[in-house]
Amino acid sequence: MNDQTPITREQRIEKLQGQGCSRKRVEDVRFTQGKGNYVDDIKLPGMLFGDFVRSPYGHANVKSINTEAALKVPGVLAVITAEDLKPLNLHYMPTLAGDVQAVLADEKVLFQGQEVAFVVATDRYAAADGVEAVEVDYEALPVINDPHKSMDDDAPTLREDIAGKMEGAHGARKHNNHIFFWEEGDKEGTDKALADAEVVVEEQITYQRVHPCPLETCGCVASMDKITGKLTVWGTFQAPHAVRTVASLITNIAEHNIRIISPDIGGGFGNKVGVYPGYICSIVASIVTGAPVKWVEDRIENLTATAFARDYHMTGKLAATKEGIITGLSAYVLADHGAFDACADPTKFPAGFFSIVTGAYDIPVAHVGVDGVYTNKAPGGVAYRCSFRVTEAAYLIERMIDILARKLDMDPAEIRMKNFIKKEQFPYDSALGWEYDSGDYHTAMEKALDTIDYKALRAEQAENRAAFDRGETRTLMGIGVAFFTEIVGAGPVKNCDILGLGMFDSCEIRIHPTGSATARLGTISQGQGHATTFPQIIASEIGIPAEDITLEEGDTDTAPYGLGTYGSRSTPVAGAATAMAARKIKAKAQMIAAYLLEVHDSDLEWDVDRFQVKGNPELHKTMKEIAFAAYTQAIPGLEPGLEAVSYYDPPNMTYPFGAYIGVVDIDVDTGEVDVRRFYALDDCGTRINPMIIEGQVHGGLTEALAIVMGQDISYDEIGNMSGSSLMDFFLPTAVETPNWETGFTETPSPHHPIGAKGVGESPNVGGVPALSNAVHDAFAHKGLTHTQMPHDHWRVWKTAQSLGLTE
Amino acid sequence: MIPGSFEYHRPSSLDDAVGLMSSLGEDALLVAGGHSLIPMMKLRMAAPEHLIDLQDVQSLKSISIDGGKVALGAMVTQAELIASEELCAICPLLKEASLQIADPQIRNLGTIGGNVANGDPGNDMPAVMQTLGATYMLTGPDGEREVAAKDFYEAAYFTAREDNEILTAICFDAPAKGHGSAYLKQKRKIGDYATAAAAVVLEISGGNCTAASIGLTNVGDTPLLAEEASAILVGSSLDDDTVKKAMEAARAITDPASDGRGPKEFRTHIAGIMVQRAIALAQSRAK
Repeated sequence: MNDQTPITREQRIEKLQGQGCSRKRVEDVRFTQGKGNYVDDIKLPGMLFGDFVRSPYGHANVKSINTEAALKVPGVLAVITAEDLKPLNLHYMPTLAGDVQAVLADEKVLFQGQEVAFVVATDRYAAADGVEAVEVDYEALPVINDPHKSMDDDAPTLREDIAGKMEGAHGARKHNNHIFFWEEGDKEGTDKALADAEVVVEEQITYQRVHPCPLETCGCVASMDKITGKLTVWGTFQAPHAVRTVASLITNIAEHNIRIISPDIGGGFGNKVGVYPGYICSIVASIVTGAPVKWVEDRIENLTATAFARDYHMTGKLAATKEGIITGLSAYVLADHGAFDACADPTKFPAGFFSIVTGAYDIPVAHVGVDGVYTNKAPGGVAYRCSFRVTEAAYLIERMIDILARKLDMDPAEIRMKNFIKKEQFPYDSALGWEYDSGDYHTAMEKALDTIDYKALRAEQAENRAAFDRGETRTLMGIGVAFFTEIVGAGPVKNCDILGLGMFDSCEIRIHPTGSATARLGTISQGQGHATTFPQIIASEIGIPAEDITLEEGDTDTAPYGLGTYGSRSTPVAGAATAMAARKIKAKAQMIAAYLLEVHDSDLEWDVDRFQVKGNPELHKTMKEIAFAAYTQAIPGLEPGLEAVSYYDPPNMTYPFGAYIGVVDIDVDTGEVDVRRFYALDDCGTRINPMIIEGQVHGGLTEALAIVMGQDISYDEIGNMSGSSLMDFFLPTAVETPNWETGFTETPSPHHPIGAKGVGESPNVGGVPALSNAVHDAFAHKGLTHTQMPHDHWRVWKTAQSLGLTE
Repeated sequence: MIPGSFEYHRPSSLDDAVGLMSSLGEDALLVAGGHSLIPMMKLRMAAPEHLIDLQDVQSLKSISIDGGKVALGAMVTQAELIASEELCAICPLLKEASLQIADPQIRNLGTIGGNVANGDPGNDMPAVMQTLGATYMLTGPDGEREVAAKDFYEAAYFTAREDNEILTAICFDAPAKGHGSAYLKQKRKIGDYATAAAAVVLEISGGNCTAASIGLTNVGDTPLLAEEASAILVGSSLDDDTVKKAMEAARAITDPASDGRGPKEFRTHIAGIMVQRAIALAQSRAK
C-alpha cells in the first residue's frame, strides 16, 4: 500500500482539491443533464395528489363549505376541511415564531390565497377539477392592508382565535392585531445623543414586501406505511430534522417512526424553512387513505401563500457632529407579519438580528424598537437570502448614512471611512450587544474604491450633471456606495434556538478501508454546492482527495441531527463541525501512524496527506495507508475503524462584510435604470471554493437587482394581492442582469476552526443598498433625499417629475 | 395551473378546420401556437370543450412575396418571420417587432395569426399590421372575406372575426423602397407586454416626410392607429416642434389601464416617448 510514484508536495496538495481550490461543482453533472431528483420527480405506486381550495378574499367569514359536487368528480377521493382536522387537533399548527397558523381555514379566512380545503384525488387533473367544484360561501369582512392601521382603535380584529389573549409568545400584546414589541439598546442614552447632536437626520424608510421565489416551488410526498407504522415525507425542506421534530410533536407519531427526506432542492432562499399547510394535509391524507400523497404548489400559490420576506416600515434617526462623526442611532420598525406570525427567526429574536443595524460603524449609543402587527396578507417574514432581518437593517443604515452625507455635503465613501470600526477595535462590542469577531473595513473599502476608480467616476458624474443641465443629455449618472456587516452562522445554542432546538450543526465522517470517505451533515444544499465544498474542507484537514469523499445530506434516517441550511449558517456551523469531525479522525490516525511507524505520537508531524516522522519525512504513513490499517490490523489500545461525528455549537456568530459600488445611468424620460457597472468586494473570511463564492455573489446580486428595481407585493383595499405571477413579479432573466464584477479581501474568523464566515447572503444584503443608493445618488444634486423602492420605471420617472426634470 | 378537460381535434386541411368550427359551435376554440390560449386555459379563464389545433394545416404555413405584395400564412411562427431574409429586406419592421415578442422559445411556437387574431391589446403585431395597412383574410362556412387590420379590433379580445371563421392570412403591400421604420417597446423585462410601444413607418424625400404611419401597442383596449399624429408629420421636415405635436396627438388617443407597469398617466407619457424615439429612429433609417 505504499505510494509507488514519487510526486512533489505541490502535486500532493493539488491532488487533494482542498480549501482555496475552485473545484468544479460535482452536483452539476446531474443538474446540467436534467438528471436531478426533485420532489416532483418522485413517483410512488398508487400515489394520490392533493390540491387546495384557496380563498379569493382577503378577510371573510367562511359560512359554509359544500363538498358534495367535488366528491362526485371522477377520481376525487376526499375533501378535507378544518372540521375534519379539528378532532385530530390539527386545524392549527405551530409556526416557528411561537404563533399558530390555520392549516385549513377555521371559520374565517385572513388572506387571499389562504388554504380552505384540501382535495385528494387519483391524479392532478381530477384534483384540480375537484377544487373547482367545491362551493364555499364567504361573507366579506373589512380588510387591513396597511400595517399602520392595524392597531387603530376601530381596526377589525383579525385573529379571533387569539382575541383577548394579551400575552403573546414574545411578551405583552397591546392590541388584538399586535404580535409583539421587541427592543434593544439604550433608549435614554440614544434620546440624549439625538437631543445633543449638532446634526440629526430622520427618514421613513420602507423595505417593501417581496418574495424569495425559488425556481422550484414548495411541495412534498407523504407516505404512511400502515404495516411498519413509519411515515416518510419527501419535501422541499431547508431544515429536515426540524421538520421531523415538529411533525412528531404535532402528529404524535414517535420521532423514530418519521423519516424526512429533502431530495434535490431547486433554490430555497428562506422560502422553504417553515412548515406549510400542504405538508400537514398531505400527511393527514396519506394516513387516512393509506396511499402516498403528493402536493406540489404552482407558481401563483407559491407567490401568494408561502412565506414572503421584508415588509419592514422603518424610521431611522442618526445623530452626528458637523464633521460627520455619528454619535447615536435610533431605529423604530413597524413590521407587517401578515395574518399569522410565521417568521423563521431564532426564538428569542422576534425581529431577527435587526439589531445589527449599527452596521460597520463605531456608533457609541443606539436603540431599536420593533412592533410586529397582523394584516390581511400572507404570513411569513422569512429571511430571504439574509440572516434574519439583516438586509432590512443594512438597508436602513446604508440609506441613513447616505442621507447624512448629503445633509453635510460630504462624499458617501468618505463619511463611511470616517465612521468605520477600526481594525484594531476587533473583537468589537456593538452598542446593540453583538461581538463582531473580526474585520478590516478600511482596507476593503479602499480596495473597492481603487478598483472601480471612484474618483474618475465622480469626475465623470460632475460632467454628466453639467451636460444634463445644458440640455445635452437626458441621462443622469448615479454612483451607489454601500458597506455592510453581516451577522451569520446562527448560532450559539445559549441564545439561538428554533422551537427550543439549539442551532448547533453536525457532521459525521466515515473513512472506508481503502481510503475514501462518506460524510453526512445536518444541513441541506439547495444549490449552494455543499457536495463540492464540504469535501474540500475534509480534504485539507485529513489529506483525502475531495473527489474520494461523498457528501450526503437531507435524509433524517442517516444524517446526524442539524438545524438545516439558511441564514448563511452551513459553512459557519456545519462547516466547523466538518473540520472538527475531521480533526477527531486525524487524532486517531496519528495514533495509528505512530503504531505503524513504531514511534511515539509526539514524534510525528502532519504534512498534507500524511503523518511523517519529524526530521525524517521519508518515514511516513499516508491517510490512505492509515485507513487501511484501521480496518485490517489489531492495534493495541485502539478500537478498530476510522470515523467520527461532531456536533458543533459555535461560540459566536461570524461577521462577513463587504464593500459594494454600483454605477447606474437613468433615462429620466422613461424611468429606465441601466446598471452600467457593479463591483462587489466580499470578505467572507477563509475562502473554501472561490468559484462557488463568485457564483453565490452573482446570484445574490441578481436578487438584489430584482428587489431594488421591480419586486413588490402589494395588496389593495379589499385584500387583492398584486404580483402573483412572474408576469408582474419581477424575476430578472439573463437579459436584465448586468455584468457583475467581484473581488475579495480575506479576514478569517478567529473563532471558526478554519476561519470561514459564510457568504451566501452577503450579496443580497449589500446589493440592495448599493443599487438603491445609486438611484438616489443620480438625483441627489437635484434635492432627492429618499424615495421608496422598488425603483421601477414609473416610480423613477415620478421622482424625476417631482424634481422638475421631465418635459 | 391545470386546465379543465377538453376534446382535442387536429384537422389537416382548412376545409376540415372550418367544418369542425361550424359543427362544434361556440364550445370550440382554435389553437395556433398556444401561447395565449394555453395559459388562459391553465388559469381556467378559458375552458373550451373542444380545441382545434391548426398545426397540421400546411396551407397556412407559407410566406409569399410577389413583388411588393406580401401574404403571411396564419401559422407562420415569429421565428420564421425573423428568419425570412427576403421579408426582412423589404419590411424590416416585422423582424424588429418580432424580436421584441417574448423570448426565442416562445417565438419558435408563437404564430403571426394567433398574435393578430386573439385580440389581446398586449400583443405587438396588431399595431404593426395596422401601421403597415394590412388586411386579414378570414375563411368561414360561407367562404372567404377580407377585413382591414384597422377595422378588425373592437375591444379587448373582441374582433371582427366570427366564431366560425378562421383567420388564414395577413396581406399587405411592402412599404416603399427607401422607407424608414422602427418598433420601440418599453417593457419591464423580457417576456413582458409593453408599458407602451410604437411602430413607425416613414417615407422621406428631399428632407421632408412624404408619408407616415404610426401604430401604438397596449395603450388602449385595442391596438391604435395614430392617424392624426401621422398626418401631422407629412409635409414636415420632422423638426422638433412637429414631432412634439405628433407625440401629443398620439398620446391623445391612448387610454391605457393602470397596472403593474404604472398608472395611466405614466403609460400615456411613455407612449409619446416611444413615438418620438421611433420617429427619430425611422428617420435615421430612411434613405
